[in-house]
Amino acid sequence: MATIKSLLRNMLTKPDINLKLSLNVFSRNLRVFRKTWKANLMFNFLEPMLYLWAMGFGLGVYISQINGLTYLEFLAPALIASSAMFATTYEMTYSSFARMGHEKIFHGIVVTPVSMDDIVFGEILYGTFKGVIYGLVFFLVVIFFGIVKSPLSLMLILPLTLMALIFSNLSLIWTSIAPNYDSFGYFFTLFISPMFLFSGVFFPIESLPIGLQFLPGLTPLYHTVAIIRPLVLGQVAWDLIGHLIWLTVVALITLRIPLIMVKNKLIK
Amino acid sequence: MANDTKNKVIHAKNLTKCFGTFTAVNGVNFSVSRGECFGLLGPNGAGKTSIASMIFGFSPLTEGKLLVLGQDIETEARKIKAQLGVVAQDDNLDPELTVRENLLVYATYFSIQPATAFQRSADILDFMDLSAKADSVVQELSGGMKRRLTIGRALINQPELLILDEPTTGLDPYARHIVWQRLRQLKEKGTTMLLTTHYLEEASQLCDRLMIINAGSILAEGTPFNLIETHVGQFALELEIEAQWYNKIEQWCSPLLKTSQKIGNTLILFSDQGQALTDKITTFFANNKIIPSYQRLRPTNLEDVFLKLTGKTLDTSDPHETVPTEHGGYQNGNY
Ligand SMILES: Nc1ncnc2c1ncn2[C@@H]1O[C@H](COP(=O)(O)OP(=O)(O)OP(=O)(O)O)[C@@H](O)[C@H]1O
Ligand SMILES: [Mg+2]
Repeated sequence: MATIKSLLRNMLTKPDINLKLSLNVFSRNLRVFRKTWKANLMFNFLEPMLYLWAMGFGLGVYISQINGLTYLEFLAPALIASSAMFATTYEMTYSSFARMGHEKIFHGIVVTPVSMDDIVFGEILYGTFKGVIYGLVFFLVVIFFGIVKSPLSLMLILPLTLMALIFSNLSLIWTSIAPNYDSFGYFFTLFISPMFLFSGVFFPIESLPIGLQFLPGLTPLYHTVAIIRPLVLGQVAWDLIGHLIWLTVVALITLRIPLIMVKNKLIK
Repeated sequence: MANDTKNKVIHAKNLTKCFGTFTAVNGVNFSVSRGECFGLLGPNGAGKTSIASMIFGFSPLTEGKLLVLGQDIETEARKIKAQLGVVAQDDNLDPELTVRENLLVYATYFSIQPATAFQRSADILDFMDLSAKADSVVQELSGGMKRRLTIGRALINQPELLILDEPTTGLDPYARHIVWQRLRQLKEKGTTMLLTTHYLEEASQLCDRLMIINAGSILAEGTPFNLIETHVGQFALELEIEAQWYNKIEQWCSPLLKTSQKIGNTLILFSDQGQALTDKITTFFANNKIIPSYQRLRPTNLEDVFLKLTGKTLDTSDPHETVPTEHGGYQNGNY
């Protein structure tokens, strides 16, 4: 209770961020990523590819149409979003936990002029960047399959960035209270996997029981898919703005929390 | 504030650190002057790291006032940290990066220009004997090399104050001597240092002045020589003999004695006059027709000071005397 109170109080304080130093923390992570990106990208990329094959080509054969789309057209654009979601979430849970935990990377940096807020913000930037990169790589696959119908689809970078930012924030919040690596299993089982399954990636949310149809609307993945799918298929409409506003607001609201919680975890 | 305190590199007043209800640092006062190597000597859990982390701005003060390089650490942390070099107790290098990259990346946190950073890294690698390993990944280094790199990394911003938290713990004697040599060279160049250690040899080799701490409080402070002179004198005579003789021996030798200490079944007599003491005790044994099972005269060291002040040895922090039986436990029969 006391921690929640202090969290709320801290929410209103200004973070101690020097953007240039945050970018240096970001670059540090990027430098490490550049050493392993080939293996890294391959694996994260392989998973949505497998879904695309299994669902799109395997299962898709038995599904004639969803909302006037072939199953491949319905599924592939959504996997751009989920691919980004997984990349960001893995990075900001397991990898961040190692950096702030046994590797003590944060401890090494925070004794320089870089503040803890700079470090955590640099992490958030990096997690966001990584999600966007993985999303864009999958976008190339979707182009390759001939599903992209409109140059407007390039605008998907905006919802993709906002979504990756939200997942950076949420994952770091979990990481800041996680006692060990095992606890990330709960995070994925309780939140990430259900989101992946029920947020309109594999089937329209109208197929859910009426009473549960409000649930996907609470997830960042749902709103992102709701923007990206029409963009890719060239079906732009005004209601996309609503989803974009939802993502923007949630990204901004959640941004301050990991800065406070990671600091509370590390500095005693 | 007096100009004098402003000129101190570290000035700590009533420095206190609590973790919950536990007090790790209990209102300590000390200051460190420019160019000095100041040591914090104490057993595990004494509060060395807690003090050091407040100085390098990681750990917030519970109470007290702390000026580092003339500025308040609670308000000017960024400015102060720009002039510090910190070697933490646990290695925190970037394991996936190479030795050189570790230095270059660290330089960016101080906003050092790339060309300058490159030049300094080369100099540091040379100074720390790591040039041959410049392109090895940190994961592949030995513990001693990692430690040297950590110290080297702390020099990238040419710090005014170097804080070293147990720089040689876990190193073999050879690696330790290399580190000591480098630290002495830095000291000669005028770098102010704060060093924590539980090796008395390290403290006496490197420190101009030191503070012995235990359970968060200062027990004594001074130059290694002063501490020894004040608390134990120059010589220690160790005797193993039946406990019934202790008091008689102490009385017999008292004109020569500085102090004495009983540890288990050993009696240690401290004196500035080693030979006179040996002669005197020989007479005592002859008079009483006894033979000690062990007898040795040796020069005193900081460990004797520590022992005298705490009744504990430095390395283990276990009291030598038998631990009193705790209340509760099996004996109560309610087990
Ligand atoms: N984050 C923390 N939470 C609770 N207690 C702590 C914390 N950090 C340190 N302590 C306690 O404070 C005391 C002093 O610890 P500190 O690390 O300063 O000792 P030290 O002298 O550096 O010991 P060592 O030689 O083992 O490194 C110890 O009793 C330790 O258990
Ligand atoms: Mg320590």
